[in-house]
Amino acid sequence: MMTTIKHHPDAATLMSFSAGTLPEPLAAVTAAHVSMCRQCQDDVRAMEMMGGLLLQQQPVAQLDTSAPTPDADVDDIAVDADSDKVARQPCELLPSPVANYYELSEETIPWRRLGPGIWHYQLPLSDGVEGDLRLLKISAGMRMPEHGHGGSELTLVLNGAYADETGRYTRGDMQDLDDDIEHQPVADKDTGCICLIASERPAHFKGVIYRIAQYWTGM
Amino acid sequence: MLTSVAPETSQWPKGLSTRVLMSNLLTQIAEERSDDAFQKLYSEYAPRVKTYMMQQGADAALAEELAQETLLTVWRKASQYSPDRGTAAAWIFTIARNLRIDRLRKDVRWQSLPDEQAEAIPSEAAGQDETVLIDQRRVRVQAALADLPPDQRTVVTLAYIEGLSHSEIAEKLSTPIGTIKSRMRLAYQKVRDALEDLQ
Repeated sequence: MMTTIKHHPDAATLMSFSAGTLPEPLAAVTAAHVSMCRQCQDDVRAMEMMGGLLLQQQPVAQLDTSAPTPDADVDDIAVDADSDKVARQPCELLPSPVANYYELSEETIPWRRLGPGIWHYQLPLSDGVEGDLRLLKISAGMRMPEHGHGGSELTLVLNGAYADETGRYTRGDMQDLDDDIEHQPVADKDTGCICLIASERPAHFKGVIYRIAQYWTGM
Repeated sequence: MLTSVAPETSQWPKGLSTRVLMSNLLTQIAEERSDDAFQKLYSEYAPRVKTYMMQQGADAALAEELAQETLLTVWRKASQYSPDRGTAAAWIFTIARNLRIDRLRKDVRWQSLPDEQAEAIPSEAAGQDETVLIDQRRVRVQAALADLPPDQRTVVTLAYIEGLSHSEIAEKLSTPIGTIKSRMRLAYQKVRDALEDLQ
């Protein structure tokens, strides 16, 4: 059963996602949210319709070769029907796009301790892709130090909750922040919080992690 | 055999007849593996997908190869297309977009095809009424797009057709990124408003 999702990505984020131009780490978090959110699925469908209409408006290019003759036997239906069964595990902590791509489940995440009550796992990105994608687990009541953002930052709650100046975020909620916003999230005092966080710039997130470590070691 | 579609292929906006024809062609491909239907669909979309790929930075030869691959993927996946879930153009767009991310950006592709997405959360109702609804939605979206102010239309086109990110659009137009995002939001709000009573 789906929980009620109250916080969604910015329409500009969803639009770039549907156009295929959102940077990879941001696209990963957006895909995870969309897989959990009926409303954003509808928005993405409308946006893909926009893409289809814009494609139809394109001028006609001269083709240099004739149309291929497709092989009548080639049909993806059998293959896709099988893979679909394997992919569906709705009760998992991790949304299916992330679980499937990284072949991870709640039990197999190799958490690394960052400081008291804070663990993370950095998810690898494609070669040459800038940015940062990681899972973050924060213990109950833990306050993250205030931080700014270098470029866009997307946070998706996977378990528990956190709150900051802008509201309270629970499973499925996504916070879409520009670089001009500062916030100070606090993990829920009973449940703590597990999130998937993406950042557009690599140095930015290291800074945040560093400051978390700094905060807890009293440096 | 191509003359039946040729008069309409280079014109836009298109009428209902062409859209219905295109989704019928997809259905014929899925059900009958009709080579004739494939050739018609190819002549309609391959030249446009080639233009799309060239806008995204592919040279003419690669763009044509990717256009062929897009349409061959359409052939392979035709049985997964359902006319009650989206237009033929939107579906072909998503296939071209995904191929572009795989081949021109070499990123991980996080976008699914509409029908893969639909399986995550099943829709309540589907059928002939939905097919009519999709067409009503298409007419509304097309009208909303045609009415966009030039600055909003530009950012939407740069994203969908030229494949630029927020920051790349900001750089190209020498405009702050916040303004680019704001134009996208305003553009989509018009589309959303136009669809409000058709949800």
